[in-house]
Amino acid sequence: MKKIVLTAISAALAGGMALAADTVRLGTEGAYAPWNFVNDAGEIDGFERELGDELCKRAELTCEWVKNDWDSIIPNLVGGNYDAIVAGMSITDERDEVIDFTTNYTPPDPSSYVAKSDGVDLEGGVVAAQTGTIQAGYIAESGATLVEFSTPEETIAAVKSGEADAVLADSSFLAPIVEADAELQFVGPNVALGGGVGMGIRESDGELKEKFNTAIQSMKDDGSLNELIAKWEVSSQF
Amino acid sequence: MFSFCTNPETLDSLRWLACYTTTPKHANLYVSVVVVLVLLAITAPTALGFGFAGATAARSRILPLRWLGKAYISIVRGVPDIAFFMFFVIALDQAIEWVRHQVVCPDWDEPIRQGNDFIVCAAAKMPLSQAPQWVHETYGFFLAVLTFAIVFGAFAANVLYGAMNAVPRGQIETAEAYGMTRRQSFWRILVPQMWVYAIPGLSNLWMVLTKATPLLFLLGVEDIVYWARELGAWANPNFTAYPHDDWRMWYFLVLLAFYLGLTRVSEIVLERLMTRLSKGQATTGGEVLRKAAA
Repeated sequence: MKKIVLTAISAALAGGMALAADTVRLGTEGAYAPWNFVNDAGEIDGFERELGDELCKRAELTCEWVKNDWDSIIPNLVGGNYDAIVAGMSITDERDEVIDFTTNYTPPDPSSYVAKSDGVDLEGGVVAAQTGTIQAGYIAESGATLVEFSTPEETIAAVKSGEADAVLADSSFLAPIVEADAELQFVGPNVALGGGVGMGIRESDGELKEKFNTAIQSMKDDGSLNELIAKWEVSSQF
Repeated sequence: MFSFCTNPETLDSLRWLACYTTTPKHANLYVSVVVVLVLLAITAPTALGFGFAGATAARSRILPLRWLGKAYISIVRGVPDIAFFMFFVIALDQAIEWVRHQVVCPDWDEPIRQGNDFIVCAAAKMPLSQAPQWVHETYGFFLAVLTFAIVFGAFAANVLYGAMNAVPRGQIETAEAYGMTRRQSFWRILVPQMWVYAIPGLSNLWMVLTKATPLLFLLGVEDIVYWARELGAWANPNFTAYPHDDWRMWYFLVLLAFYLGLTRVSEIVLERLMTRLSKGQATTGGEVLRKAAA
């Protein structure tokens, strides 16, 4: 649940393909634990890996995982390199103009600030965020100086090195980091951003969207989605 | 990988490192080294081919061909690489699919462009979406090779164009006096002699190319810089058996050594090539060789 819309290039160059294919390719970033990351075995792992596999099973689809850079994740969806984005992408109006979203599979959750000490100035200081995220958009408007990084872990490294006073990101992404690193702590108030996380689907792929919507609903109904959320501690539950 | 790797927490540092550097995740880094080297090995000659064709076209006597050559050189050189990578590759991919769509699905009645989306029938997808992942990766790899070749070919074309013009006019005049046709004097006199003027410019291009591979990730091809950054980043003990601090500095030091090594090897090869090509040339380099031999 990070991230805002990509550049105009994505919209201008959008491409795609028909649905009828047998294999549904799922695109993810693979660098956003616990949502999606590459494990020691070199495979994509995390909350969205398990969720995606389960959704495909329920929708009776054969799915394959594809890793793609965050910066080009929307252009490559509309360009037809894969059929759905499952990458912790928050549902926002800007993105919704370019692609479609399934219903959200995590509720809208707050973003949090993490810094080395309590006294940092969140309004006027230097705050790090990943490029093209809803958090980056928020900081840009908040009056603080925004420093952007192309990967999530670089934003953390910037705070640790003192380059940025604080980082703004999804609470669920920051929590395991703060837990494991004594140097860092949550600071300031939480910020409510975005409309929950959903799968990104091409606008012309209504049929695929419906299949995933049905599967997501069935996981919401039988409680298995809440179990997965609890297991990976990615957000609050439904 | 090793039998003692089952419980990494209990290992001493040397064994830990041995286990850590042999995880399947780490193997991605080694694979990417091979991918980058193969890419360079294929791209360099292809780009040189594009460059040669471009330079030859730019100095052709046929006007439209000359326009084509000059347009290629100036347009591609003028567009930023990153824009070219974003635009050209997607456009090329769509062009291929559009052609396949026309051939494979002639009775398709929906429009191909629907808003943002570009829709062709499933049978026209390139590669087919049920194809295994390696097919997609190979396809992406060759799109990358082609794009690199076109971009660097334009620069190479300009270098070769200059080199062709640098060959002393007297050489061509002599060839004409011997009764050689334009074609003969081009292949027998001009081309063999121009390389000595082209090598310094081409070697610059080669060096830039070796360092341009991070652009590959825009196309979904993961290069060494990507993996060095990913693997070097602080590893959270919650999600890996091999937690560590931010080691990007060490990874980038290894990258530095890799690139310096590559540069050194390239320099040695290019220097030898230059010596070889200077032999018998009426250039300062050729004169030095002549004196040394005498």
